[in-house]
Amino acid sequence: MSVAASKSRYQSEEFAARLRRRYAAEQRFKLAGMLAVTLASIMLVVLLGSIVSKGYTAFLQTKMRLEVTIDPALAQERNYMAMLRQALYAQVPEITDRASRRSLNELLSSGAPYELEAMVSKNPSLIGTKQTVWVRADDEVDQFAKGAISRDVPESERRLNDIKIKAIDTLTAQGAISTGFNTTLFTAGDSREPEQAGIWGAIVGSFLTLVVTMLLSVPIGVAAAVYLEEFAPKNRWTDLIEVNINNLAAVPSIIFGLLGLAVFLGFFGLPRSAPVVGGLVMALMTLPVIIIASRVALKSVPPSIREAALGIGASPLQTVTHHVLPLALPGILTGTIIGMSRALGETAPLLMIGMVAFIVDIPGGFTDSATVLPVQIFMWADSPERAFTERTSAAIMVLLGFLILMNGLAVFLRKKFERRW
Amino acid sequence: MQLTVLVLILALLTVIGFQMGRSRAAGSVGGRIVELHSVPSYHGFYVALWAGLPALLLFVLWNASEGWLVMQMTLAGLPDRLTQVNEQALNLLRADILNLAHGISTGRDSDPAVIAAAEQYARLRAIGSWSLLVIGTCVAMGGLLYARRQISPDLRARNRVERAVNIALVVCSLVAILTTVGIVLSLLFEAVRFFTVVSPIDFLFGLHWSPQTAIRADQVGSSGSFGAVPLFAGTMLITVIAMLVAVPVGLMAAIFMSEYANPNLRTWLKPILEILAGIPTVVYGFFAALTMAPFVRGVGQSLGLGVSSESALAAGIVMGVMIIPFVSSLSDDVINAVPQSLRDGSYGLGATKSETVRLVVLPAALPGIVAAIMLAVSRAIGETMIVVMAAGLTANLTANPLDAVTTVTTQIATLLVGDQEFDSPKTLSAFGLGLVLFVVTLTLNMVALRVVQKYREKYD
Repeated sequence: MSVAASKSRYQSEEFAARLRRRYAAEQRFKLAGMLAVTLASIMLVVLLGSIVSKGYTAFLQTKMRLEVTIDPALAQERNYMAMLRQALYAQVPEITDRASRRSLNELLSSGAPYELEAMVSKNPSLIGTKQTVWVRADDEVDQFAKGAISRDVPESERRLNDIKIKAIDTLTAQGAISTGFNTTLFTAGDSREPEQAGIWGAIVGSFLTLVVTMLLSVPIGVAAAVYLEEFAPKNRWTDLIEVNINNLAAVPSIIFGLLGLAVFLGFFGLPRSAPVVGGLVMALMTLPVIIIASRVALKSVPPSIREAALGIGASPLQTVTHHVLPLALPGILTGTIIGMSRALGETAPLLMIGMVAFIVDIPGGFTDSATVLPVQIFMWADSPERAFTERTSAAIMVLLGFLILMNGLAVFLRKKFERRW
Repeated sequence: MQLTVLVLILALLTVIGFQMGRSRAAGSVGGRIVELHSVPSYHGFYVALWAGLPALLLFVLWNASEGWLVMQMTLAGLPDRLTQVNEQALNLLRADILNLAHGISTGRDSDPAVIAAAEQYARLRAIGSWSLLVIGTCVAMGGLLYARRQISPDLRARNRVERAVNIALVVCSLVAILTTVGIVLSLLFEAVRFFTVVSPIDFLFGLHWSPQTAIRADQVGSSGSFGAVPLFAGTMLITVIAMLVAVPVGLMAAIFMSEYANPNLRTWLKPILEILAGIPTVVYGFFAALTMAPFVRGVGQSLGLGVSSESALAAGIVMGVMIIPFVSSLSDDVINAVPQSLRDGSYGLGATKSETVRLVVLPAALPGIVAAIMLAVSRAIGETMIVVMAAGLTANLTANPLDAVTTVTTQIATLLVGDQEFDSPKTLSAFGLGLVLFVVTLTLNMVALRVVQKYREKYD
């Protein structure tokens, strides 16, 4: 009787409906979870996709072939622009009036004469001869060649006027316009002209900054971690240090910039825009990351190692330096690389200490004015030229490349040296 | 030049000291090392420390004080008419002397006395660096010889070296405290200077923000008003939008990965979130400004809404995407910390997976999740690059996410980038904002830690 009753209760219409509802809710919940991870993945794909699609063209640069007569008189005056212009007029004979020729002049990059000058000063015997040279074209020609400027747009709304397009067509018909790998991007410093702008200065600046960061934060961080993990007595002071480190890890990065501005620049009078100050600020910022990672690595070394070392008569310091530290080294290294990659991508604190300056020269030392890759990206992102948007994306790709490299190295080291006790 | 030479000499003396100490210790017992208290290399380290450390300390102290001392000596030699002036003129005089001494023109005709002082300054600096070279070398030699004389079989070299290393370790771990102290002091110091010009009440509760102060007294239209409420409101607005994106997506992603996804899928999903976490903020800023903002604007226009090209919505959404991995990895940790026995109990009672998650796992993990959200909020408040690049600069007091708003971090960055004088209220206001930012994020972190400690369910 009771069995039948319970059977009917759990097989009733209401029960079946309730079960369906619950299973439907289950499905919805699972779907929501899938939606969340899909959304995150889509955002990643859109983000990377938009950057790659905007930026891959920046790796190519349009050049013009000109038959330049290196006139001794003009060479004497170092007026290489005039030589290039004459060559250009000769190659586009149908454009003759002054106003149109002025448009024609704008097809040449303002950096082109320097290329020619460098070539001549390296080989003075070229003076008086006729040479075939490939020089950089202006960024608008470059954008046109890459299809970013359409000729269907009415002339008044187009960056290139009809005369320029006609000239480009003439040159293209001669085979005098070609697109090749953009070496300038990887060898030059910053410039106001997109076709002369490169990220090498920023890469060197980033490298110098990171060197300072690493030299400061790694020894100090590892030493602090060793002290807190292996030697520190449990008292109020060490608690204070620990709370401090955890809080520092969560302080917004721009606050470290304010610290650098007030203390390193204002109080100690260190130079503005210098990698050494940037490195100092970054070191303070990455210190908590390195300390926390090193402590985890030290903690994972089993106590039996320490006991064995102490048991055969090693002093506590010998135990740590001879046994614990070498065994924790892969973990410390991984944490360090991750901290460094975070410092490499950091921008905000460097804005505060003046690394956001227009610097054309490649920095040669730790106190030279410099900028870093992320700040270069920030500055280029502000430039209205389309050619700069493209170069910004390219610089981002280079930055992401470095980050992937560093993180890949960290993963590789972890995989190779990871030990399970 | 002298600096490099000194560093090289010190390095050389340290290495020589090590070798000398080691061989002398071994020699003092005729090679029977067993009779030494410490192994020879500790004797080496001991001598090297004595050779290097005192000279290094001298070097640091000297460098910290030399410029100031030499300047005082130079000023003392100047006639009273130049030095008996107010603080500002004195600062100017110091700057002139420094510039002239480094061969930088001051751009105006200088007093012959000042030029003479600059020459004097340069001469004294040159004497200073040469004497540092000589004295530094002498100190290093002296330390080396002193330690070398001490070496004997009974010298407790290891204990002494270890004590030095221990002190070094303690000093290193104090750097964290020093940093915090430095942050607090520098923010407080500049903020107090700011609050002597602008009252804290006006700053914290004022409704109008326009930091352009008049450079000339008769300039029109730039009175400079420092009411920070619009900045706080803008920051809150963008933070709320970011949280509306990051919390549901991050939390559901964490639940999906820990409760539903099989290990195979997880090895794919985890790196995706890690990559999102590793992308520099400047890249998100670029994405927000050049892709998301036009997109939001386009969608808004097609719906007939007027969207600002620097809308809070675009910046907020991108910031939310940036914070998704932060929320999900923290939530993942707390969800995984809930013991399996609770889930098994729930399944045993016939609950479905989603019921178990909603009614058992999430309540158990709630303190951790609340803490994670608070940390995420503090991250969003302190985030700079996305808002600098994608949010506006005009301080609008509005709750409309389609309008342009400005945030605390944006203002700090724009106030301090570029040429600036260190004393104007405009520059100092950035430190006032920095202080508020620091206090708020610190409070959020502290409260988050307290929440975790206080409300954590202990299962074993």
